[in-house]
This record gives sequence, C-alpha cells and structure tokens, in this order.
Amino acid sequence: MKDLTMHIVDIVQNSVRAEAENVVLAIEIGEEMLSIKIIDDGCGMDAETLEKVTDPFYTSRTTRKVGLGIPLMKQNAELTGGEVKIASIVGEGTEFEATFGLTHWDRPPMGNLPETVAMTMTGNPSVNLMFSCSKGEASFAVSTAEVKEILGDDVNISQPKITSFLKDMIAENLKELEMIID
Amino acid sequence: MTKVKSLADLKKMKEDLQSKVNLREKGDNVERMVQVKVSMATCGIAAGAKEVMNQLITELDNRSVDAVVTQTGCMGYCHAEPTIEVTLPNNDPVVFGHVDDKKVVEIIEQYIIAGKLVDGVIPVNYETVKEHKNK
Ligand SMILES: Nc1ncnc2c1ncn2[C@@H]1O[C@H](COP(=O)(O)OP(=O)(O)OP(=O)(O)O)[C@@H](O)[C@H]1O
Ligand SMILES: [Mg+2]
Repeated sequence: MKDLTMHIVDIVQNSVRAEAENVVLAIEIGEEMLSIKIIDDGCGMDAETLEKVTDPFYTSRTTRKVGLGIPLMKQNAELTGGEVKIASIVGEGTEFEATFGLTHWDRPPMGNLPETVAMTMTGNPSVNLMFSCSKGEASFAVSTAEVKEILGDDVNISQPKITSFLKDMIAENLKELEMIID
Repeated sequence: MTKVKSLADLKKMKEDLQSKVNLREKGDNVERMVQVKVSMATCGIAAGAKEVMNQLITELDNRSVDAVVTQTGCMGYCHAEPTIEVTLPNNDPVVFGHVDDKKVVEIIEQYIIAGKLVDGVIPVNYETVKEHKNK
C-alpha cells in the first residue's frame, strides 16, 4: 500500500462487507500522532475472530486464503511508532483505530484524502459515511445523510458530477483549515 | 480570496444533476443509467483500483455520461485486478480485468459510448461474484 488513503478505503470496505449502516471515519491530526478511526455498526466479530484479524492467514472469505487488509496497516502503523487497536462486539459493530507517528520517516504519505472521502461516500451509497477531520480546535465534517438530504430522492448520489463536487468541496475546506498533510 | 465551497453549492447544482431520463420519469431510475462497479478489496486497491475509480469518475464527468459509479467487494478475480463491472442499460453486466488508465478511456469511448466490445472481458462466474454477499 503506497499511502494511507489506500488503507482507509480498504478498512471501510470491511465495514461495508459487515453490512454496516453507519460508518464513522474520523481523522485527527495531533502534535505528534496521526489517528485514523473507523467505527461501524456492522455485524461485529467474536473474540476468537478478533484475535485472528491481525494474522494475514486469517480471512472469512471463501474465494482466497489470505486477508491482508488489517495486517498490512498494522505493520505500517507499528513501523512509525504507532499501533492498531480493534474492539468489536458481535451484533453491535467494530471500532478500529490506527495511529501513526506524524513526522516519522517511515510514515507512508497520506495520499489524496478529499478524493478518497468523496469516492468512499458516493461509491457506497447504502452506507451513511460520517467523515470528520480535526486538528486542535479546528474541524471539518460531512456525511452521506447531509448530502442525500440536499439531493432528495430523485438524484442518485453515485453520479460522477457529485463525486467531483464533493472532492473539490472537501479539498477546499481542508486546505482552508490547513489540514492537508503529505 | 475565493469562497470555499459548501453543501449549499451542491443545492444549486441539483437541477443539472437530475438526469434527462429522470426528468421524464420521476424517481431515481438506475436501470436507465450506465452502472459501473469497481472491485475495492485489498487485492484490487493494491493493484490500483482507487486510481481507476478516480479516473473513471473524471472521464465520465468530462464526457457528461449519465452514469453511477460504485464500489464493490472482492469479485473473486484477484489475478486480474483492478477489475470493473459495467452494465449498459438493458444489457447484462460485463467484467473487465487488468484495467489501467488506457483501458479506462477505451472502455468509456468504445464500450460505454459506442457500444462496441473491447478486449479484456472476463467470462463471468456468478457464484464468485456473489461471494461477498453470503459471508
Ligand atoms: N469491520 C468489521 N466488521 C466485522 N468483521 C470484520 C471487520 N473487519 C474485519 N473483519 C473480519 O476480519 C477478517 C480479516 O479482515 P482483513 O481486512 O484483514 O481481510 P479480508 O477483508 O478478509 O480480506 P482483504 O482485506 O484482503 O480483502 C475479515 O474477513 C472479517 O471476517
Ligand atoms: Mg479487508
């Protein structure tokens, strides 16, 4: 994985696959650490599964033998002095948090966060994605529910024009708040 | 300084976004639009599925194609990632493998707009396509 946004897309897909209705994607830019939280109300995992998710040779998939998403992100986080924490309750959902040393040499670049959030939101229309990004006192947030409320029932959220708009809107806001990181 | 965009600007765009077909037939009529699904499991992402999705969106937007672009889980063709599934109105879904920037343009211009078949179609096995639904 070249950048952190690739991990984000990947972990959010786990929540989508767990049939979550709501997914929180919260990015916190701290002084020293960068935190990425992904919280869903999907099917959750039992203790036995939870124990195995950081093992690359564990997956609930039937089409192949390896599940690499979480182990890859954990490895990247640990290389920068951060960690991956996962808590989950069957039937309630899963809380995932990865932290990275913000200025650590080995931290993968962020990648294009506005583009990623826009594509995740419009690409998974059945999920209410609640995105937020914060740095100190400043924060920016947008959710699928807000966008859908504006669009109404007769405009499909997954149209390219909407993704392009959201990409620009998120980029302009994060830039204004000095939240674009490399 | 130029004003930063907000959701209020999206409201202003709303009329343009109601596709022409939707204006005649009330409601969001997805069967009348080109549907594109991008496989977004770890294998696809690592092979460049994110860039492919971004390029698809930009190129479809530039050409004003009435389309919806969504993400889907592993379609079971890890060997051929990035893969995308394209469904033209009143047609069966077609899956393309090893999609890159050149292929995106070819699929849009040749298949989506001109309706001609292009190389890179994967014969579809519906058992694996549905895998992600019955975990
Ligand atoms: N948010 C979640 N809710 C419920 N189960 C989850 C969640 N995230 C992960 N899991 C479980 O953990 C397993 C491992 O996840 P991981 O992302 O590492 O691999 P994968 O999704 O199986 O395959 P890959 O990510 O390589 O496509 C999943 O198969 C699933 O059973
Ligand atoms: Mg996964």
